[in-house]
Amino acid sequence: MTAIFERELYPYKRHADQDAAAPVRRKVVIVGAGPVGLAAAIDLGRQGVEVVVLDDNDKVSFGSRAICFAKRPLEILDRLGCGQEMVDKGVIWNKGKVFFGDRKVYEFDLLPETGHRRPAFINLQQYYFEDFLVARARELEAGGAPLGLRGKNRVAEVVDKGDHVALTVETPEGPYQLEADWLIACDGAGSPIRSMMGLDFVGRVFEDNFLIADVVMEADFPTERWFWFDPPFNKGQSALLHKQPDGVWRIDLQLGWDIDKDEEKKPEKVIPRLKAMLGEDVKFELEWVSIYTFQCRRMEKFRHGHVIFAGDSAHQVSPFGARGANSGVQDTDNLGWKLRAVIEGIAPEALLDSYDVERVHGADENILNSSRSTDFITPKSDMSRIFRDAVLDLSEHYEFARPLVNSGRLSVPCVYDGSPLNSADALHGPARTRPGAPCPDAPLEGGYLLDRLGDRFVLLAIDAEVPEDGFEEAGVTVEVLRLSAADDVTGELRRRYLGDEACAVYLVRPDQHVAARRAGWNERFMRSALRRALALGGDEA
Amino acid sequence: MTELVLTPNIGTADDFYADLLEAHEGLSKAESDALNARLILVLANQLGDPQMLRAAIAAAKLPRG
Ligand SMILES: Cc1cc2nc3c(=O)[nH]c(=O)nc-3n(C[C@H](O)[C@H](O)[C@H](O)COP(=O)(O)OP(=O)(O)OC[C@H]3O[C@@H](n4cnc5c(N)ncnc54)[C@H](O)[C@@H]3O)c2cc1C
Repeated sequence: MTAIFERELYPYKRHADQDAAAPVRRKVVIVGAGPVGLAAAIDLGRQGVEVVVLDDNDKVSFGSRAICFAKRPLEILDRLGCGQEMVDKGVIWNKGKVFFGDRKVYEFDLLPETGHRRPAFINLQQYYFEDFLVARARELEAGGAPLGLRGKNRVAEVVDKGDHVALTVETPEGPYQLEADWLIACDGAGSPIRSMMGLDFVGRVFEDNFLIADVVMEADFPTERWFWFDPPFNKGQSALLHKQPDGVWRIDLQLGWDIDKDEEKKPEKVIPRLKAMLGEDVKFELEWVSIYTFQCRRMEKFRHGHVIFAGDSAHQVSPFGARGANSGVQDTDNLGWKLRAVIEGIAPEALLDSYDVERVHGADENILNSSRSTDFITPKSDMSRIFRDAVLDLSEHYEFARPLVNSGRLSVPCVYDGSPLNSADALHGPARTRPGAPCPDAPLEGGYLLDRLGDRFVLLAIDAEVPEDGFEEAGVTVEVLRLSAADDVTGELRRRYLGDEACAVYLVRPDQHVAARRAGWNERFMRSALRRALALGGDEA
Repeated sequence: MTELVLTPNIGTADDFYADLLEAHEGLSKAESDALNARLILVLANQLGDPQMLRAAIAAAKLPRG
């Protein structure tokens, strides 16, 4: 298991850029080959946009990090070409138990909505995720995509030159200079680039420590999420047990604020704690142990001229609710098509400001949810503890109290309500597919809707007449996906996209969010909607 | 949407009040606090409507002045 941490996935190799007489200019440079940097690189590379990824390291990220990946990121990974590997390797789960003190207060089944290609969640170690992403990037590179991955390339200096960025990169063979039209900073929560640029990162530190342990055990615990409030084996604190592939279990133990971190990390301290939790006779091995303090914070703006921040460098949340990597992947989904449109001269740079608006909105939603979970798990006042305990006591007896129990609300994609790219809603359709919303999947004859939407601007016409060849506007060809009741094998397409309407036309963005919708085809309306979605200032039809 | 009722609405006011006090009899401060919290949650669920709940919280804070 530890072998995966040690394998050099993208070992250092000297690149011609290091020997160039003058700094070489690249279209896009991504700093950081974590999950977010890699996803961004794959997205751009496969669309033919030249992209170079620089990382300090050359291996997967070490130790216990993300384990829970939600449906939307899996759908995005389908588009990037590695969703199947994730789902094949991952553990699918829907059930859980909640314990309070020494008793189980209730069990739940998330009963995920049917009619989606992908499950609501899978559990998978972050190192597998990164491994799949690197393999996919390599595959694209081998197929001729303009994508390069440079290990042991540490960015030491970044200078904003207005219309481009100048970088100094340190390597085992000394430094070199590089230039980028666009720089995407995916360099993690401690983002050196953020510091080099003197930018803020404000928010709330939760005064608490969590021991995160991954243990390998042969145990017949079911594939469920178990969460304890105030258990006998961790008095006054919380605990979590969750299954990962390969017989690995994630254990989170809340430790409180005033502790000696180095002491608590020692196996002689950790093992008795785990035995108290798992039972004396359960055999286990520690794969990894670490202690974290969590924070909820974000940058004020994610775009600073030609430097764009994505993932943990831009926003950080506590892990309850599995939002870090999930939302970072959604950042790249939002950014990829916009950056390409700007680089190709189709859209003005202002389109990138909508990345800021939309993803700041997403980050705020995640921070809000994650802060609320933390406030429930760790009550901050006597009264908040009284209410928390009251909810848990009631939940044992009455179903009504269970939705109030908050041990982490799992990540769902945000709707870009109020985005400048949205056109006014012109369909009395379901709220979940309003402009700004991510398109929900639906089964079709022989496949699924999201695969058919792909990653281009597309007119989704359901039982509606639209021009067969779509239309062209501002240099973009909008293709048509025409569907009818006959394709709708389960009725979900109707429920999710029509509601009580007889027909509808949707303009869907390359990131599969709804830009506009209307009860029927109207050329002026859709042309204007497309221009608006490209920040070209659509005018009202 | 109906308004939050802030005029007399409990038919048997004295009985209710007596029941409330009786429920707390013999409890420690901590037990009473817990009972009150549970009661608030039960009542809140009965009310259900988010606007009404917000209005109830505001009313409980007492008007300023
Ligand atoms: C205990 C724990 C549990 C979590 N659970 C979940 C979960 O269940 N679900 C979820 O979605 N998220 C979870 N997260 C969050 C998730 O791990 C992060 O959000 C995710 O790793 C962020 O990815 P990133 O690519 O933005 O940054 P990182 O993964 O931090 O990657 C940053 C990269 O930048 C490189 N780098 C940094 N500085 C430089 C430099 N100067 N030059 C070159 N390279 C540089 C680093 O080497 C690194 O490879 C969890 C986190 C923790 C700690």
